[in-house]
Amino acid sequence: MEVGFAMGGYGGYVWSCYALTLVIVAFSSWRARLRHKRVYRDIEVRLKALEEHE
Amino acid sequence: MWKWFHQLASPPHFYRISAILAPWLAIPGLIMIAYAAWQGLFVVPMDYQQGDAFRIIYVHVPSAYLSMMAYMIMATSGAIGLIWRLKLSHAVAAAAAPIGAGFTFLALCTGSIWGRPMWGTWWEWGDPRMMSELILLFLYFGYMALRSSIDDTTKADKASAVLALVGVVNVVIVHFSVQWWSSLHQGQTVFKKGTMDADMRVPLLIMLLGFTLLFGSMLLRRVRTEVLYRERRTRWVREMILSPEGGA
Repeated sequence: MEVGFAMGGYGGYVWSCYALTLVIVAFSSWRARLRHKRVYRDIEVRLKALEEHE
Repeated sequence: MWKWFHQLASPPHFYRISAILAPWLAIPGLIMIAYAAWQGLFVVPMDYQQGDAFRIIYVHVPSAYLSMMAYMIMATSGAIGLIWRLKLSHAVAAAAAPIGAGFTFLALCTGSIWGRPMWGTWWEWGDPRMMSELILLFLYFGYMALRSSIDDTTKADKASAVLALVGVVNVVIVHFSVQWWSSLHQGQTVFKKGTMDADMRVPLLIMLLGFTLLFGSMLLRRVRTEVLYRERRTRWVREMILSPEGGA
């Protein structure tokens, strides 16, 4: 098992690439969701305030 | 066909359809990525020259390919927006930029990490592939900075579309740099006959497809947000948000 993870001495390079990919893809997806929630909430607050005002 | 296209390009219709489509792209995409990663890490035999370091190809090539594809989507959408003034196309262009920047950054990082054991250096300033990919990252940053510096959305759309179109030249350079100039970077591998054994190539193709589906899902989600923001003063957004069911 350990030999498999060491990858002939290249383990550090290989695993760091896969880990970085995971981090960037996860971060990008999370940012997209967060921005959608924020935009939606901002519009909702504005519209509700407008409705109350009317 | 045109009727279907126009219907899809209508913001309320796209907003509804994209919510349904996004998970249908993301789920198979993630399954394919997980399968190809497992194959690439543990099943595929090591390369006779590069040893196990070659396994980086399974994340480096898809990210590099998406860095160029995202830019081409951005530029094409910008051009469609300029010519046919389709509202949705500028939203697509704006949404593609941050995703493309992310994949370009990833391609540069994984390439640099792969270069260290293979070429003995993290970075080579004279290498045309590396430099043109770095310029691509700066083009993405420039595009996003230009958009955010102009308050008027219509003006921002037009100016950024022109910048995106000019930058297409660099995408062509990124793609052909390994053929035009002598480079540390290896030449075409994935689609060239005799360069890769099928055992190694098939997981890479699955990974490419998985990344493309995931990219499609990410793009749909971001375009959805962009459409919602741009249409925030319209009746359909008001009705959707104030309806008891909501529409998030």
